[in-house]
Amino acid sequence: MAEFIAYLIAGIATGAIYALAAIGFTLVWQTSQTINFAQGEFVMLPAVLVLLAIKLFGAPVWLGALIGIAAFILIFGVGFKLAVVDPMIRHGVLPLAIATMALSIIMKEGAKDGFSAEAQNFPSFVPTQTIEVFGAAISLQHLAIIACAFAVIGLLQWFVGGTRLGRQMQATAQNPTVARILGIPVERMVLLTFVINAALAVVASVLISPIYLAKFSNGEVIGLFAFIAAIVGGFNQVRGALVGGLLVGVVDSLAAAYVSSSYRLAVPLVLLVVIILLKPEGLMGRREERRV
Amino acid sequence: MNQVLEVNNLHKAFGGIKAVNGVSFSVNEGEILGIIGPNGCGKSTLFNCILGQLEPTEGAVKLDGRDVTNMRPSDLNRLGVSRTFQLLQVFPELTVRENLILAGQEHQGSMLSRLFGARDAGLTEKAEQMIGFFKLGHLADAKAGGLSYGQQKLLDAAMAFMAGPRLVLLDEPAGGVNLTMLGDLKERLRAINAEQGATFVVIEHNMDFVMSLCSRVIVLAEGKVLAQGTPAEVRANPAVIEAYLGH
Amino acid sequence: MSAPATDGRLASSPRLARLPGLGGAIDGTFLTLVIGAAILWFAPVGMGRYGTYVLSLWLVMSIAVMGLNLTLGYAGLKSLAQAAFMGLGAYTTALLTTKAGVSWYAAFALSGLLTFAVGIVLGFPALRVKAHYLAFVTLAFSTLIWLILRNEQWLTGGVFGISNINRPEFFGIKLFGALEFHRFVVAVTFILAVALWWLIRSPWGRAFTALRENPIRAASLGIDTRTYTLLAFAIGSAYAGFAGALYAPLVEFIDPSPFSLSQSFFLLLMVVAGGAGYLLGPFVGALLGVVLPEWLRFAGSLYLIIFAAIVMLLLIACPQGVSGLMERGWAKLTGKRGDAR
Repeated sequence: MAEFIAYLIAGIATGAIYALAAIGFTLVWQTSQTINFAQGEFVMLPAVLVLLAIKLFGAPVWLGALIGIAAFILIFGVGFKLAVVDPMIRHGVLPLAIATMALSIIMKEGAKDGFSAEAQNFPSFVPTQTIEVFGAAISLQHLAIIACAFAVIGLLQWFVGGTRLGRQMQATAQNPTVARILGIPVERMVLLTFVINAALAVVASVLISPIYLAKFSNGEVIGLFAFIAAIVGGFNQVRGALVGGLLVGVVDSLAAAYVSSSYRLAVPLVLLVVIILLKPEGLMGRREERRV
Repeated sequence: MNQVLEVNNLHKAFGGIKAVNGVSFSVNEGEILGIIGPNGCGKSTLFNCILGQLEPTEGAVKLDGRDVTNMRPSDLNRLGVSRTFQLLQVFPELTVRENLILAGQEHQGSMLSRLFGARDAGLTEKAEQMIGFFKLGHLADAKAGGLSYGQQKLLDAAMAFMAGPRLVLLDEPAGGVNLTMLGDLKERLRAINAEQGATFVVIEHNMDFVMSLCSRVIVLAEGKVLAQGTPAEVRANPAVIEAYLGH
Repeated sequence: MSAPATDGRLASSPRLARLPGLGGAIDGTFLTLVIGAAILWFAPVGMGRYGTYVLSLWLVMSIAVMGLNLTLGYAGLKSLAQAAFMGLGAYTTALLTTKAGVSWYAAFALSGLLTFAVGIVLGFPALRVKAHYLAFVTLAFSTLIWLILRNEQWLTGGVFGISNINRPEFFGIKLFGALEFHRFVVAVTFILAVALWWLIRSPWGRAFTALRENPIRAASLGIDTRTYTLLAFAIGSAYAGFAGALYAPLVEFIDPSPFSLSQSFFLLLMVVAGGAGYLLGPFVGALLGVVLPEWLRFAGSLYLIIFAAIVMLLLIACPQGVSGLMERGWAKLTGKRGDAR
């Protein structure tokens, strides 16, 4: 039982990371039809940039973090939208999706060649201790991840539901045409979702990297699980992405412990296939009508 | 008389909005039935429910007495039901001839013969006939995307007739077509109706077009059948005048 | 969430009716294939073992890219498992020939059949829902294959792979040498390319194009979009299986690394670079993706970045890829209006 609780907490912690990535993925999809196949690399890169800034400028950790994060949001929030999405989307959804695959290769290989092919330690802001709860050894880091991720998601939820700007963004996500008629600056709202996506990726990156270390290939699994989380959750709702992320994280953690560590990746994949077969609209999604 | 199509108490709701609200009618073999009504009265939604493009919330559609509610559009087409769409739907990258062959190829032979057999599925001659019939002769090898709007509209209609359908549903065939071509189109439709005995259901905004083409007219308003009868009867119906002129 | 109207206007016009007369059996594409095969038959003379090997590898990858071009370029479907299908074919052939003693020809056919069948099994549930679900299902499949190749050591040899894969014979002629095997690869590639050429020009090809351009209108014309979509994907996957079956004896040693998810991405980029929806595009794409990095060795692993960046620029400037660029250039030269979009 104690063991189970520990795995559960660990699963919720990684699940919260997947949820952050999945929410960003879903937001960007909703507002601009961008299927971002580089989403995993988006979570991998901020940590690498932070370490790079520390190394290049010999800066203290806080300054390096500031530089790395600012650079990431500027390039992969604003820059991604203006330089990749805008010129590509007029050709359709497919070319854009493929462009994000190209981008994922560039980011991954870039991190490998420009930084390091080896995993690097990433500074943790929480001591690597465990505390005992009901006999289970719970990592403080996991608890911190859960607390931070939920705080960020709560903040986002408040922003979307409780502020004027957030509601405008929501309206843009649901129906850009109507939003435009209502006088909402749609273009700026779309850009905002890209910035939020980048910011969520930064949070995920900073939270996960002390545990997984910073490595160029980290994005592969995170990206895959973020997709699965988004689909399982219903692909078009922030709440769905959260539920999907947590579910995938817990399933993954328990599978690693109780099924097989070499096939831990396979269990969430099976979950995905089951969802597609039985409830293709996702757990929290609405059924879509065929349209003419 | 033989009833080709029978629509029974059809309902379609989008969320809380009832686009089609209990529509029933039938279409007799060989007739040209017109469906008119103000914008947003549910005409196109009705078509899409009949043709399996949308799933009706309630009600049934019968073809020759056989229940075809929710049948897939492609299967329905192979039973001899053909359609056009409100917006132009030709394949711009294919030539006029290729568009027509495409429109008929699934009615020829088998999947295997369509892979290993003739490239044109034996339809070149039929396509040429259609091209001639719809006066597109000089354009056979032109890409459909390069045609004028009116010419594309003719091609669109021609594609619906390529497989020799029994029942054709036309969604605003006259929309955006100039007067000369309109006369042409009407004449073509009449000829196909007379010569091949094809049955038509036509949605149209252009009252003159409907009134002069159709033998019977149904008026829809707010998702319901408001009136039906011959063009003269419908024109004289006070409820219809109210619906069209009342707002 | 409403489905985007222009999902996948990646490809340009299908090369359907280039020459007047639908019965015309031979066109420019076919002639290019014949001439290309003839040149490649003799090309390696004096090139040495390694040069010959690179040429053969180019053709083998072209087969996989050709299949993906059918799936993506003609039918407008995203498959993220082309490398995994290639792996399936390569391991099937390697296992059957080394461990079960089956002849290469039978293994080749079985590899194609197996990948075709797996394509149907994967595609059916995904395409039932929505075309872009195929991307996610193939993504999952790709990872699953990778896991199996890595973990089932008793079968696949794990990370150590399978070695000593023999090259086949051709009616008693041993194809063990680089040149002999290269010529064999040329012949097989030629046959597969001609088969695809035939397919694209058949009513099936017309139906594929129709369902890419406007699936709803296509369905209203009696085209069974579900069946055709599934077939396009399964045939495309079978081509990857065939490519794998040639890859195994070419390299004579296989391990899981060339069949990973990023390789599948890479294959997609090759389709786009060469020109999606052009029959000869895959050869250009594979040339850029496979042969050029061998010549530009000094660029090292940077080449991957350069290649991906080139593809992104192409996507912005000319989504029809290099073939599209060449077509535009040719149209300018001959004074005809190119199909600029």
